[in-house]
Amino acid sequence: MAKPFREILKTKDFIVTAEVGPVKGSSVSKAIEHIELLKDKVDGLNVTDNQSSVMRYPSLGVCLLIKEHGGEPVFQVTCRDRNRLAIQADLLFAYSRGINNVLCLTGDSIDVGDHKEAKQVFDLDSVQLIHLVHTMNSGKDMAGNELDGGIDFCIGTTATPSADPLEPQLIKVEKKLKAGVSFIQTQAVYELDELKRFTELVRNMDGKVKILAGIVPVIGAKMAAYMNENVPGIFIPQHLIDELAQAPKGTGVSKGIEIAARMIKQIKEEKICDGVHIMFIGREERVPEILEAAGLP
Amino acid sequence: MIIAERKPMEEIKQFIAPYKKVLVAGCGTCVTVCWAGGEKEVAVLASQLRLARSAEGSEISVLEATVERQCEREMVAEIKDKVAEVEAVISLACGSGVQTMAEMFEDKPVLPAVNTTFIGMPEKEGLWVEMCGACGDCFLDRTGGICPIVRCAKGLLNGPCGGTRRGGKCEIDPEKDCAWVLIYRRLEKQGRLDVMRKYYAPKNYRAVKRPGKVQASKA
Repeated sequence: MAKPFREILKTKDFIVTAEVGPVKGSSVSKAIEHIELLKDKVDGLNVTDNQSSVMRYPSLGVCLLIKEHGGEPVFQVTCRDRNRLAIQADLLFAYSRGINNVLCLTGDSIDVGDHKEAKQVFDLDSVQLIHLVHTMNSGKDMAGNELDGGIDFCIGTTATPSADPLEPQLIKVEKKLKAGVSFIQTQAVYELDELKRFTELVRNMDGKVKILAGIVPVIGAKMAAYMNENVPGIFIPQHLIDELAQAPKGTGVSKGIEIAARMIKQIKEEKICDGVHIMFIGREERVPEILEAAGLP
Repeated sequence: MIIAERKPMEEIKQFIAPYKKVLVAGCGTCVTVCWAGGEKEVAVLASQLRLARSAEGSEISVLEATVERQCEREMVAEIKDKVAEVEAVISLACGSGVQTMAEMFEDKPVLPAVNTTFIGMPEKEGLWVEMCGACGDCFLDRTGGICPIVRCAKGLLNGPCGGTRRGGKCEIDPEKDCAWVLIYRRLEKQGRLDVMRKYYAPKNYRAVKRPGKVQASKA
């Protein structure tokens, strides 16, 4: 059995988590393969919730699979698709099935996804969602009713270190910290100076919160340009795009892995963060190569 | 004011296909100011309909009328004789105007020729922007007079999302300013950033029970 993530956060020097992206469809065999491959190599497996507003197999479903296969799931909950009733119901269900970690996010806008005509919800925002989990952790629902069997989630959230301007983002982070989170998983970072500045600012606000740097390997100059244009909150600097452009044809993926591993090593050696969260969407089977190249046990 | 946009001609042509005599009814207030449904737009639509139908070889008789406010029964009553002459009314008013008209002339189809889009203000000549969502629970005292309910693409109450683009632009539109960056700058200018640092609990989305109804109390 995997160690509870909240224990890992308290005891481990360098925390490593990875993302499992649910499939578009009901076939879960690939997800199970990824879970089996990664569950003993990382401290937690984080499952996206209709990522990029693209409809997929649910986060809750993959979290259950992780649990069944002996891994430690982190249940991602966005505010985009469910109102306060639906979110509370999902949290009760998740907890009753042994899922004890939740990552509270706003969620991308409907406009970036594949169901652009849908009604987006945002009944709550991410700060309110964190408060909601605490309320439920204390044995009550949001309307103040007693719960017959409460919940006890370890709560995390996200932040964007490269936001420009940064100050409004920091005010939001401050509110999330005051609401109470045990860990922050950052948006994908590529400029470690920016990350360093961000983590120093956050640590001044809250010395205990664990910060995991978001790592998304980029496997080509074209992909980098596309991500800069289309993925909210992502900024890949020109020097990395140039490095990718110079990689010989057919070596994009290994170049991306090499850059990701280099960043992880530096983050660990210079203690910039408390750990990393690796998101190699669609190539989860290659995450072990990143870990190995980064010298992670 | 209420902002509306003319529907595409094809859609209007389709819903008036069964009729040979119609009234195009404009409104002299909001939709006049936003160039969607005033006297001028009534005349334009009426001629377009006559031309289109004549090209198809199925002539149509189009009457024209504009009332000062199509959302007020007394004003709509002024055109009842014209309505009596036609098979259907094409309204260029906002959704409230269309419904007032439809309620007063229950035996006649009243068809909307505009899409009512939002409550907004003119930003520059010919460009209107949405400013208010009529949520019934005004939040503007906490946000430097900038409404995050409609001007933030996600209606967030506690600060920006993580998708803000470089330079403080919105995740969904590189041309649009992030409402929360605007709020931050306004409050900073006023020395009131403490207001932004406060936590705001989830909004009461039922402050106005829909459909809304407001009874004014007597002075």
